[in-house]
Amino acid sequence: MIIIENLSKSFGGVTVLQGVSLEVEKGHILALIGRSGYGKSVLLKHVAGLIRPDSGRIVVDGHDLCCLKGKTLQRLRNRLGFLFQSGALFDSMSIFDNVAFPLREKTKLGEKEIRDRVLYELEQVDLSGAEDKFPSQISGGMVKRAALARELIAEPEIMLFDEPTTGLDPLTGQTILNLIDSCHRRMHFTGIIVTHEVPKIFEIVEKVAMLDEGRILFQESPEKILAIEDPKIRSFITGGVQWTHEEMECQLRFMERVRRKKDIHKL
Amino acid sequence: MELVNKLGEMAIRTLLMIGRMGILLAKAFAFCLTPPVKLALVVKQIHFIGFRSVSVIILTGGFTGMVLCYQGYNTLNRFGSEAFLGPLVGLSLIKEMGPVISSLMVTGRAGSSVTAKIGIMRISEQIDALELMGLNPYRYLIVPNMFAAIISLPLLTAIFDVVGIFGGYLIGVKLLGVSSGVYFGEMISYVEMKDILEGLFKSLNFGVIIAWVCCFKGYYAGYYSGFGAEGVSAATTEAVVLSSVMILVWDYFLTSTRIFF
Repeated sequence: MIIIENLSKSFGGVTVLQGVSLEVEKGHILALIGRSGYGKSVLLKHVAGLIRPDSGRIVVDGHDLCCLKGKTLQRLRNRLGFLFQSGALFDSMSIFDNVAFPLREKTKLGEKEIRDRVLYELEQVDLSGAEDKFPSQISGGMVKRAALARELIAEPEIMLFDEPTTGLDPLTGQTILNLIDSCHRRMHFTGIIVTHEVPKIFEIVEKVAMLDEGRILFQESPEKILAIEDPKIRSFITGGVQWTHEEMECQLRFMERVRRKKDIHKL
Repeated sequence: MELVNKLGEMAIRTLLMIGRMGILLAKAFAFCLTPPVKLALVVKQIHFIGFRSVSVIILTGGFTGMVLCYQGYNTLNRFGSEAFLGPLVGLSLIKEMGPVISSLMVTGRAGSSVTAKIGIMRISEQIDALELMGLNPYRYLIVPNMFAAIISLPLLTAIFDVVGIFGGYLIGVKLLGVSSGVYFGEMISYVEMKDILEGLFKSLNFGVIIAWVCCFKGYYAGYYSGFGAEGVSAATTEAVVLSSVMILVWDYFLTSTRIFF
């Protein structure tokens, strides 16, 4: 479970986050939406412990992240995965070595077992056959999938995604979202996704929070958000297009179907 | 008033940088002395910093010895003291020129690329990725370079000295006609073990300086030297300049404090 309480952060006198509070239940995924440059990635990096807040706290499974240092912080990070916007693959290593890296460095598994697990994980993200290529030799979508495989191979309990579909074509973007969904069903991690994929993202998350000018405007289930009348929120969700009543009903029915499907999977 | 503000800002920035440099060095030493040390990475860096610098060290060492011999001969000739050519070449190379020039060469050849590599990893979030995997970036990026520089520099200096002495031999004995027995005989009489140790100790110090400054500049690329590719390029230049200056200043300090006398 991730609890963010009253988090504030400024850079050089510019306030990026002011009193942000959020809660993500164990095993749930929260989508963090909002306009570019409004501090979503900064908030995510706080949760990862890469940035320290000016005030407020982040509690991950009972541990106050702001008080953790050295080995205790390292132990918490061992349970955490972070998918960077750029993928952040090690560019001097092949895709295979990138995905194998966490296992080689953090476990005592034999090379054969590592190979089997890497090939399985690469198959899951549809990258079989690309294991000998280097990050610079593959497309942006493949980089993101390889990065996802690298994070998931360590079976994290918490996954943070920083704009996993940015810069990808709609089809590849959807593939990545489906992958995240299937991995979530397989591993049941607690997650936060920073994204602009609205309303597509509503299909795979339990909760949506919107960050605006450093504050959380709302955090609700996707169904409730679709029913919100606030023009600012509505225009962000519909991309500025005025939805008709029928379109809204259709979207809600679709969400209902997705939710039922998810519940069946959970059973 | 604005000028005062800017000056104050600059002073704080510089102090912060010095503090961060100190912390990085202390952490690097602490991690060097505590396991686990990534041996494979240390060997890889020894190959990169040490072995791949051998050719440039042989070249510069040879020519430095040759030039030193020419200049030394011309000066000594005025006083009829050509017999001291061997000690002059030997002592100059072993105590000063060997450690200093080989370190400057390694800074230019390997130090710059260490900064560029770590800097690119910083701006492309690869260092953050390492941290978020629960791994210590110091053990992967700084400790191997520190070990490699500490091991390689004295060895490269020794190669530089030997090649330089033989370069001097070629010019002094084969070209200028100094007797080979006198060249080496006088050198053996005047060069003592403590001179050799002094040179090697200096090179070890310079190894630490190169690894420290170059790793620091790469690790904090984007903090002090602009952003993106421009930041890495500026960090690389700063690393080479700062390392070179620090090598010369530290050389003066070691020589003037006469630690080895």
